[in-house]
Amino acid sequence: MDILRFATAGSVDDGKSTLIGRLLFDSKAIFEDQLEAVERTSRDRGTEYTDLSLLTDGLRAEREQGITIDVAYRYFATPRRKFIIADTPGHIQYTRNMVTGASTADLAIILIDARKGVLEQSRRHAFLTSLLRVPHLVLAVNKMDLVDYSQERFEEIREEFTAFASKLNVGDLTFIPISALNGDNVVSRSENMPWYNGSSLLHHLENVHIASDRNLVDVRFPVQYVIRPQKANDHAFHDYRGYAGQVAGGVLKPGDEVVHLPSGLNTRIASIDTFDGPVEEAFPPMSVTLRFEDDLDISRGDMIARPNNRPHVAQDLDAMVCWMADGAKLAPRTKLTIKHTTRTARALVRDLHYRLDVNTLHRDEEATSLGLNEIGRVSLRVTQPLFVDDYARNRLTGGFILVDEATNGTVAAGMILEAR
Amino acid sequence: MLQRDYTTSQLDVLEAEAIHIMREVAAEFERPCLLFSGGKDSIVMLRIAEKAFWPAAIPFPLMHVDTGHNFDEVIEFRDRRSQELGARLIVASVQDSIDQGRVVEDTGRRASRNRLQTTTLLDAIEEHEFDAVFGGARRDEEKARAKERVFSFRDDFGQWDPKNQRPELWNLYNSRIRKGEHIRVFPLSNWTELDVWDYIRREGIEIPSIYFAHTRKVFERDGMLLPDSEVVQRGDDEPLFEAVVRYRTVGDMTCTGAVQSTAVTVEEIIEEIAATRITERGATRADDRASEAAMEDRKREGYF
Repeated sequence: MDILRFATAGSVDDGKSTLIGRLLFDSKAIFEDQLEAVERTSRDRGTEYTDLSLLTDGLRAEREQGITIDVAYRYFATPRRKFIIADTPGHIQYTRNMVTGASTADLAIILIDARKGVLEQSRRHAFLTSLLRVPHLVLAVNKMDLVDYSQERFEEIREEFTAFASKLNVGDLTFIPISALNGDNVVSRSENMPWYNGSSLLHHLENVHIASDRNLVDVRFPVQYVIRPQKANDHAFHDYRGYAGQVAGGVLKPGDEVVHLPSGLNTRIASIDTFDGPVEEAFPPMSVTLRFEDDLDISRGDMIARPNNRPHVAQDLDAMVCWMADGAKLAPRTKLTIKHTTRTARALVRDLHYRLDVNTLHRDEEATSLGLNEIGRVSLRVTQPLFVDDYARNRLTGGFILVDEATNGTVAAGMILEAR
Repeated sequence: MLQRDYTTSQLDVLEAEAIHIMREVAAEFERPCLLFSGGKDSIVMLRIAEKAFWPAAIPFPLMHVDTGHNFDEVIEFRDRRSQELGARLIVASVQDSIDQGRVVEDTGRRASRNRLQTTTLLDAIEEHEFDAVFGGARRDEEKARAKERVFSFRDDFGQWDPKNQRPELWNLYNSRIRKGEHIRVFPLSNWTELDVWDYIRREGIEIPSIYFAHTRKVFERDGMLLPDSEVVQRGDDEPLFEAVVRYRTVGDMTCTGAVQSTAVTVEEIIEEIAATRITERGATRADDRASEAAMEDRKREGYF
């Protein structure tokens, strides 16, 4: 059994909570005491139906104001897979939360109301999904019961969305007509839409192939921690020196020739160690410890790659940045801390090339700053070299966060486009 | 040529993520510690720590906030396990906080030291100058926790501000704090109760005996089975009886209920949990029943 992480985008009006509620309920991930609590609260508020959004809106302020504040993580499993849902709210702080939820997602579900069709927000959701390089996108056309399960209506929406998506980098796009309220095509195929030959939503989630979405080609191992046992009485490990980290790309094997960055020196992998014994290969997302044949000076923040397949070693980066701070803005000359893989440095914003309108994809080259939830292309100068790939090639070596040095808050997420 | 399938099982993915988180903390903080209660989640967390730094020793101490009302079997397990690992165990005692006048003990039948733990915990964090504190909490446990970060920022007063959390992207964690502030770190955030048990089975990890079915004198209160103990005040209208029970969570005796069960092996526990229709906190924790937002309120004050 493996794990599929997916993000859901859409507002309560699109039936998102109802859909999640149904997936959780039908897979028995909602328990009686949770359901009772939700029923009780719905009744107290005079709501006639059981408001399943109350399952995810856990904070006091959310229940008081009837809004969702933050990304909520929900879990369910079927005999085939374990699922982690990043449920992101649909209002003001949407962009920041969706970017956060999508950063680790294998798949995103965008909900569209069949009566309303492709709206501005559907386009925004699709753009963010492609910006964050979520490998699989499902367009769930909901409330099909309210358009008489019309194939014609479904095809109209499919055509309109496909035309828009062709302008984006969407890997795998699937359309599913559903009714979350009635359960049509959610868990099992609906008899109300005999014209639809595809999978139910759950069947699709259970079977979509994700193992090859990871980069298994370019070996990237950011050194996270140096392990040197200092137990004087344990002679077996007296001279042990291992380099611990989580594989960010490629497949590593003992005997492989590798290059250490920044030194540029080559060595071979002597052994790939784990608590449970040495392993014959390591690939993402494994956390392992490497030992090398030569004694090199290696520390946290360094990178292990292949001599003939190295990341860019760069201090000048161009990136798409999503600004996430409430107060401060991003503008040229802003100084921030950058965290990329296991390396932390300082960064200076040299240039803001344009601000992107996430609804129309229009590039505003006159923009002088980025505010909360705004996205733009920037050039950064970093105080020490980073070992980077284009985000499109590897999400782990192509993504970074920016931290405000005064407030210590995480103020931006960045996706590397170009390194110089 | 045969294509190798690089599918990774859910436990391997969760374990790799938790190891990554632990190493990140060890690398970026000066004085981390790991909260170890002898409960199943902290036992799993300890195994992850063992794996993350092997063959070196775990590079931080363990800490237990002891209410003085814990089960003997669990305290015995806690001490034995810490000793086996050669780890330093700090016991922060709620009794000491009471004796020093830092907190005032509740009285009456429903008196519990559960809430008093927060003061003891925060005092200990301050005394030892811990800047990162590992906890075994999971997001599937409770809905306030479903929205908490893996690296959860706490201010000078140990408070959690749910509306002002740092965004967390990819596998990058922001560890920057000022002196006096700290980060609560939850490496098991993405685990479910069933994942924890599957992992205990896979790893063959020992757990305290009270997780397995045994005969115990109990009494019923609010639909929960509370143990017969000198620290739990029982009324005349709450008769004792013998039952075959086990614990799904282990906490303070005054607010942790047992469930009727005949499960005597980890396999039987997994079968039982897979079939159950009530959450672990709903079944066994009086502390969460106080109000809809009981957990959130306690977390805001600095609770685990």
